[in-house]
Amino acid sequence: MSRKPFILRNPSVLVFLLALAAFTAAVTLMSEAFGAGLISTSFVKTLGKTLCLCLIAVAMDLVWGYCGILSLGHFAFFGLGGYMIGMWLMYARTEEIVLAASAAEAIPPTAQELSDAIAVQIFGVVGGSELPPVWSFAHSLPLQLLLVLLLPGLFALVFGWLAFRSRVTGVYLSILTQAGTLALSLWLFQNDSGLRGNNGLSGLQNIPGLDDVPQAVVSVWLLWASALALGGFYLLAAWTVSGKFGSVIRGIRDDEARVRFLGYSVEGYKLFVFTLTAMIAAIAGALYYPQAGIVNPAEVAPIASIYLAVWVAIGGRGKLWGAVIGAAAVSLLSSWFTGGQAPSIPLGFYTVVWVDWWQVLLGLGFVAITLFAPNGVAGLIERIFVREAK
Amino acid sequence: MTALLEVSGVSVSFDGFKAINDLSFEIGPAELRAVIGPNGAGKTTFMDIVTGKTRPDVGKVLWGETSVDLLKLSEAEIARIGIGRKFQRPTVFEDQTVFENLMLALKKSRLPFKVLFFRASADDGARVEALAREIGLADSLEKLAGILSHGQKQWLEIGMLLAQEPRLLLVDEPAAGMTPQEREHTTDLLKEAAKTRAVVVVEHDMEFVRRLECKVTVLHEGRVLAEGSLDHVTSDREVIDVYLGR
Ligand SMILES: Nc1ncnc2c1ncn2[C@@H]1O[C@H](COP(=O)(O)OP(=O)(O)O)[C@@H](O)[C@H]1O
Ligand SMILES: [Mg+2]
Repeated sequence: MSRKPFILRNPSVLVFLLALAAFTAAVTLMSEAFGAGLISTSFVKTLGKTLCLCLIAVAMDLVWGYCGILSLGHFAFFGLGGYMIGMWLMYARTEEIVLAASAAEAIPPTAQELSDAIAVQIFGVVGGSELPPVWSFAHSLPLQLLLVLLLPGLFALVFGWLAFRSRVTGVYLSILTQAGTLALSLWLFQNDSGLRGNNGLSGLQNIPGLDDVPQAVVSVWLLWASALALGGFYLLAAWTVSGKFGSVIRGIRDDEARVRFLGYSVEGYKLFVFTLTAMIAAIAGALYYPQAGIVNPAEVAPIASIYLAVWVAIGGRGKLWGAVIGAAAVSLLSSWFTGGQAPSIPLGFYTVVWVDWWQVLLGLGFVAITLFAPNGVAGLIERIFVREAK
Repeated sequence: MTALLEVSGVSVSFDGFKAINDLSFEIGPAELRAVIGPNGAGKTTFMDIVTGKTRPDVGKVLWGETSVDLLKLSEAEIARIGIGRKFQRPTVFEDQTVFENLMLALKKSRLPFKVLFFRASADDGARVEALAREIGLADSLEKLAGILSHGQKQWLEIGMLLAQEPRLLLVDEPAAGMTPQEREHTTDLLKEAAKTRAVVVVEHDMEFVRRLECKVTVLHEGRVLAEGSLDHVTSDREVIDVYLGR
């Protein structure tokens, strides 16, 4: 048996990490804050957000591409992660504003007055003036960070336990995850959910305590954090699937009954992977929304999770780097097309406006990939390289 | 009690059709047994019941010295207790190498966290190689199981079964799709395995069963029609009528 270190046995991991590092360095050197200013701050944010989407695609590939669980609900965990960090960002930021406003007054506000003032600021839009119980920990960054992991983790654990124990698989499981996602987004849309209804949480780009730091700098910092998280979890995912554990979950994907007769409790493995990937998705969300500035219930809508599966399918499931390529390419193309930058095509009798037609193009692309390249872009790339090697 | 597995009074029906009808069966700790019977006799269903895949409507399935009730255990628990199964259709993980397939089956902790941190020791590697030699796949360890021939897949599955080190092996039609030489090799493997454990072989082919030189149980319409040496059961009037006579 070879005893080489993990990274040498898996050269693709090394290549990926080096490419990610090179990308991050290049963006930094072209940013307004740290370099030549070739890239606008808003584009740095777009790139940082893209890295977060790549991270959730890695999670999706792990749960679907490797373990065969087609979850159409992982974007809900992403959104929850955003909400959990967003609560602290909004609370702490509002606290700063309230304190600054009352600095001129002779007597400083009591804790109760402070909390009331914050509540009015945050909940005025939905006609509230009290902090709902779900905001109990919003004052504390460590507690909210813990919730980023624990809340989606607990949701995934309970949902997965119920579903896997009853042996719900395949299409039925996918539908169940969509139903769960729909329920969550509908609940978030309500004003009395305590999370500001359809307004969502906003102003998240203003990081408390970093008032003096320009957005140009903060955006690069967040890009770094996103790159670090992507690199770290990519490594963790690659290590997880490289050994016997990967062998077991691929076995579950291909023939779950057979794995059972080998003595592995399939439900336990599924639950582990489902919960772990939900938590990775939540971390991706917690890094994404400070760069996006706003999180609202529309982000958690069922369609978002379906897109996630489309990215991974286009990139190539069962290949971590394929999932990353799929997420990056499709989400960047999507923001290019829907951002109005893509030139319209006048056909004389009709003008193709990409904002409307992008979805159609994406749909056709998905169908084409499914029919002609079932292993996605990664499969195509691999085929080319294998041919060259011959 | 001396039996390793004791099945008594078991019945199961699918939509009113009785696939297993008041079946009783016993096997000792180091015994080779052939189960024969026409198509649809309930042979596979019998294995499904023992391995926990199908729950019987009535009856008892007891295991080992302490008479563990297998009906209370899940498939995975039954496998861990020491019952291994080879399916009628070869089911190996085609997307994985022969080495990975055997390593998956090798008797080791099945707990997710143990598996996550598992790294094959030199001993494990040697064990897998020895198994691969036994099943004639020593040169194919790094090959994907999907590209093996039908007979090789059957063997790989037998190898996986041996790797589990079960106390009872249930083998469903192992010789299907094998060449005569491969069949001979398979009988040797099964007879060797039965020296230290219980082995139940379901088979259609009489020649194959004869070479196993063991006690035979004849199933018909979900119940035991006859039991004894091959010569004894083949001279049984009823057996000739329902099975051999056709
Ligand atoms: N899951 C099932 N649902 C309905 N009928 C079944 C099922 N499994 C087996 N049967 C029926 O039970 C009978 C016994 O089948 P089986 O055990 O596969 O026979 P054998 O392996 O001896 O050929 C057959 O008539 C088969 O059609
Ligand atoms: Mg059968």
